[in-house]
Amino acid sequence: MNQDDLANISAQTKTSEKGFEHVVKVCVAAGCLSANAEQVKTQLEGEVKHRGLETCCKIKGVGCMGLCAAGPLVSADANEKMFQAVTPADAGSIIDNVMENKPVSEAIVLDNKLDFFTGQKKIVLENCGEIDPERIEDYIACEGYEGLFRAITKMKPLEVIEQITKSGLRGRGGAGFPTGLKWTTVYKASSPRKFVICNADEGDPGAFMDRAVLESDPHRVLEGMAIAAYAVGANKGFIYCRAEYPLAVKRLRIAIRQAENNGLLGMNIGDTHFDFKVEVRLGAGAFVCGEETALIGSVEGGRGTPRPRPPFPAMEGLWHAPTLINNVETFANIAPIIRQGGEWYASIGTEKSKGTKVFALAGRVNNTGLIEVPMGMTLRDIIFRLGGGIPEGRRFKAVQSGGPSGGCVPEQYLDIPVDYDSLAAVGSIMGSGGMIVMDETSCMVDVARFFMDFCMSESCGKCVPCRVGTTQMHNILERITQGKSGPQDLELLKRLTGMVKAASLCGLGQTAPNPTLTTLRYFMDEYRAHIEEGRCPAGICHPAKVEAEVSA
Amino acid sequence: MLLTPKTFSPPSDDKRWKIVDGMMRRHGYEPYALIEVLHTVQETFGFLTDDAMKYVALSLRVPFSKVYGVATFYHFFTMKPPGQHTCVICTGTACYIKGAPVLVNAVEEVAGIKPGETTSDGQLSLLTARCLGSCGLAPAVVFDGQVAGKITSEKIKQRILAHLVSAPETLAVEAQQ
Repeated sequence: MNQDDLANISAQTKTSEKGFEHVVKVCVAAGCLSANAEQVKTQLEGEVKHRGLETCCKIKGVGCMGLCAAGPLVSADANEKMFQAVTPADAGSIIDNVMENKPVSEAIVLDNKLDFFTGQKKIVLENCGEIDPERIEDYIACEGYEGLFRAITKMKPLEVIEQITKSGLRGRGGAGFPTGLKWTTVYKASSPRKFVICNADEGDPGAFMDRAVLESDPHRVLEGMAIAAYAVGANKGFIYCRAEYPLAVKRLRIAIRQAENNGLLGMNIGDTHFDFKVEVRLGAGAFVCGEETALIGSVEGGRGTPRPRPPFPAMEGLWHAPTLINNVETFANIAPIIRQGGEWYASIGTEKSKGTKVFALAGRVNNTGLIEVPMGMTLRDIIFRLGGGIPEGRRFKAVQSGGPSGGCVPEQYLDIPVDYDSLAAVGSIMGSGGMIVMDETSCMVDVARFFMDFCMSESCGKCVPCRVGTTQMHNILERITQGKSGPQDLELLKRLTGMVKAASLCGLGQTAPNPTLTTLRYFMDEYRAHIEEGRCPAGICHPAKVEAEVSA
Repeated sequence: MLLTPKTFSPPSDDKRWKIVDGMMRRHGYEPYALIEVLHTVQETFGFLTDDAMKYVALSLRVPFSKVYGVATFYHFFTMKPPGQHTCVICTGTACYIKGAPVLVNAVEEVAGIKPGETTSDGQLSLLTARCLGSCGLAPAVVFDGQVAGKITSEKIKQRILAHLVSAPETLAVEAQQ
């Protein structure tokens, strides 16, 4: 395939879509699928066929539309009309509405002017909810693979890296390492073979951004990886994906096969001398494998235990070869940057955090789902304007970002801009983008215990500070929630947090104390209530009783 | 590869071993394919047996200790046969905040099993998951591979009871919905 072929496919797909008077899109990402979206789609198709409207109305399965809370979602005519909580029985009235503008039941109408939709800026998610993730033609019609063609035919590898550096893009997996710098390091490493790995082991509980991108727009990730491979001089790539995401794996495999068949992956891509092959590798449910050296161990077929860095994987990674590891969302940003230039990307966001960030809003918030906003939007805007606030008129207590490695940000910091540095300043981290909102029904001591329980069982056991430290901290937190703790426990807990943070081998241990530290910092009164008064302000724990209620 | 790797015969003449053999062949019997192959074994047989792991170890030329080490390291692999039906309760943060522990207790109440256990009649296994990524539908539960969102303790009890009482369970579940 060459550039003309690409343009042809794009033009053909656009023309065939324009041939339809109406296009009705049904979200078939995991969230809506579990709310019966597949049957809704079948029913709509049946309805169209039954009325003989096949030539003017098209039913299309698309990726995530974002507002998972209101699924299954259906939209028509470029999102002019949106429908929520659709059941198969609604198919007839939806077609009536789309074709003849007949009114539909108020209950299924979704306002497309909601702040949830208008407040977003979509770069990574620009195709989510728009294209059919299982058709490469749809992706190509949305300027897909143009970035790759521009890179391999018009740019030298160093020029590609220069654009990425200019864009100011930082790793979206959580730590925020400058992407351009990482690419430069791998580029400079001299080695006959290099690898590119996409980290799709989204292990943070409460995060589903990567899943949505892989399920809704898998080609975007492949294109980003191919551009990266060209830039750093690699010919082989792996996508390390969680086995818990079967649909994402399935769509990735379809995408890889389609790209190979169209000469966009494999040998001599775009009739150049550039070769790049991609394979999917399945994770097997180990949180630590999100850490890059552990991930490499797992791709090599062994236990996912981290090793000391340096040498960093960029110098010595998979099978001792220089390896570029980026997160799904980072790769998803690459193609637009190459298409529109690094300066364009750098014009979005804040001084030190450029571009946009995808967040998974969940927990005690009205509009749970997926959003993409420019860096620097305040937490208040995200939770109350886009998220629609707290259900049942309850009071906001904290927002947890960054999963087990992040912290709980209390109400007084709701107005900080969301970027890497501001979140770090209040003791949390950007993380991969999970945002769990908690209200007064959540006990912060119990939340700290929950995360410590997670880190304790996910610790790989290689280094003592993490393996033993997390267990000891968990025991103390458990004692506090059960009302069995003494006054010395808080002091001991604080000392342990410092030790585990300083002495652990990898990021898992080094950040495991964060949820505990932030709750100690902002919610000391709750700890005190448990220890001194034997009561749990949220009514979750039963510190006065001997046995704890919660033991999940 | 210069030498054709020596192949071993599977532990039994079960035809399903052909699927596992195919996967190993596709990876050229390379040791790095270990996790992929274990996934295939578990997908095909439902769980990992000692015999299966020994066979994989021989075929991929890795020590049995390493196979065992990998199988026990990752939560996804199980060495216990699963029940006829499985119920996986997500205990990720969003589901936890929205009441996953209540669901665990509810199942324990009606079926008498804790997470990781199977009922004595082999009908139902209860498992917990770290996060299914269905946080928008919290709390989420997977019944026999189908994700269901916004589950209450009443709903989960209903579905569990359907599994325990009647034989054509799936039909019973559909009827109750």
